[in-house]
Amino acid sequence: MGELLVQDKSIVVPGEEVAAGMDFLPTEGVYRDGDKLVASRLGLLAVDGRLVKLIPLAGKYLPKRGDVIIGKVIDVAISGWRVEINSAYTAMLSMKDATSEFIARGADLTRYFTFGDYLVTSIVNVTSQNLVDLSMKGPGLRKLPEGRIITVAPNKVPRIIGKQGSMVSMIKDATGCKIIVGQNGIVWLQGEPGQELIAVAALRKIESESHISGLTDRIKAFLDEEARKLQIGQSPIAHSASGGIVPQR
Amino acid sequence: MGYDKRVDGRKPDELRPIVAKAGVIKRADGSAMFQIGNTVAYAAVYGPRDMFPRFLQNPQRGTLRVRYNMMPFSGAGDRVKPGGSRRSKEISMVTEKALLPVLNLEDFPNAVVDVFIELPQTDAGTRCAGICAASIALADAGLSMKDMVSSVSVGKVGSMIAVDLNYAEESYEEGDVADIPVAFIPRTGHVSLLQMDGLIDKESLKRALEMGRKACARIYEIQKKALKERFASSVEVNSTDGNNK
Repeated sequence: MGELLVQDKSIVVPGEEVAAGMDFLPTEGVYRDGDKLVASRLGLLAVDGRLVKLIPLAGKYLPKRGDVIIGKVIDVAISGWRVEINSAYTAMLSMKDATSEFIARGADLTRYFTFGDYLVTSIVNVTSQNLVDLSMKGPGLRKLPEGRIITVAPNKVPRIIGKQGSMVSMIKDATGCKIIVGQNGIVWLQGEPGQELIAVAALRKIESESHISGLTDRIKAFLDEEARKLQIGQSPIAHSASGGIVPQR
Repeated sequence: MGYDKRVDGRKPDELRPIVAKAGVIKRADGSAMFQIGNTVAYAAVYGPRDMFPRFLQNPQRGTLRVRYNMMPFSGAGDRVKPGGSRRSKEISMVTEKALLPVLNLEDFPNAVVDVFIELPQTDAGTRCAGICAASIALADAGLSMKDMVSSVSVGKVGSMIAVDLNYAEESYEEGDVADIPVAFIPRTGHVSLLQMDGLIDKESLKRALEMGRKACARIYEIQKKALKERFASSVEVNSTDGNNK
């Protein structure tokens, strides 16, 4: 008979036996050894009926087809661009997926995207050899203008976006910044310099406090407080704000 | 007269006090500190990431690359040249082989996972402390692993079979000394590191390894605790106002 050996929603480490018996089925982050289910990475145990999976707490971004991400052009090749996407591998944006314009043979590709450009792009394919193909064809996919780039933990991205984008919209409304969050944890912001700092501090706060309940309310209170300070001419950023603008990871 | 009482008054199967902490190096993908007695090991994990130089890439699976280093001021303050030595190169290699069996690197062909182990303070048992720290750091980096690795040194000092020798015991001169670093994969009980300096008879070796196995089980619990404490405050993540998109 199957039974759970660890409580649902608790933290497990690699090698920890999470369930016994053939009733449970291993999915993401769990493997079967004999009649035991064993965790294969650090994460939170999530049991859904008979399915046992782990929600990762750490780790690099794993490219997934369809994800909209932000990447940085690091190389211009003969027929495309190599893009750094904050993951184990770099991605390739080929000429045909980059633009609908006609590009003549031997044209200078840096006219379209050049070294150091940040792109909002989507993943069209991930091969078994982990070659990642990107595309710029789709709504909202473009080269990013000047702004601020920060990197957050990829597993916190859903928290930063919130339900139907509620969290990021709240920050956008409060600070008047334009914000784009890539699924790979790269975030682009553009706005008034003071407001940008507030937005970054808010993002850092979400990143470090996402586990404490009432996150939305706290972020709202934080944004209101910063807005009030800005109005009375105080230094816009509370130094107590977790992380501040110190880069993490 | 034999060695019947340990220099620091420990029981033969008693470990030195252990402190373990995960996530000590913020910029690394994963990191850990592991202190056992006066031996302190820090491990930082970077990757999986692109591997250079390119000819080292393995298209079948990811590569693990370990660098073990004792800092020049560690130990007794002997005149140590900084940087690699024959000894550190060997230990880097055995550490790599001790950790490799638990790592699932098949998903990362051509990539590399870099593990840096630094020892600011040493009092014997450094490769074991390094393996323990690296194992915590690899898990902290969110890598896919079959299990952790726990390691300790066992041995025979004079006539006493003991675990976790310190430097004074390792360099005991009034009798034979055997120093046997050993690493276990706790769940399966497999051995992933076994080396020896010195002489030991068959029966003593068996007993020493059995003691090592028990000591590693205790170390494993400490490693587990270090990882759980690091993320203890994250437990609520999915029970509160969260969803996954």
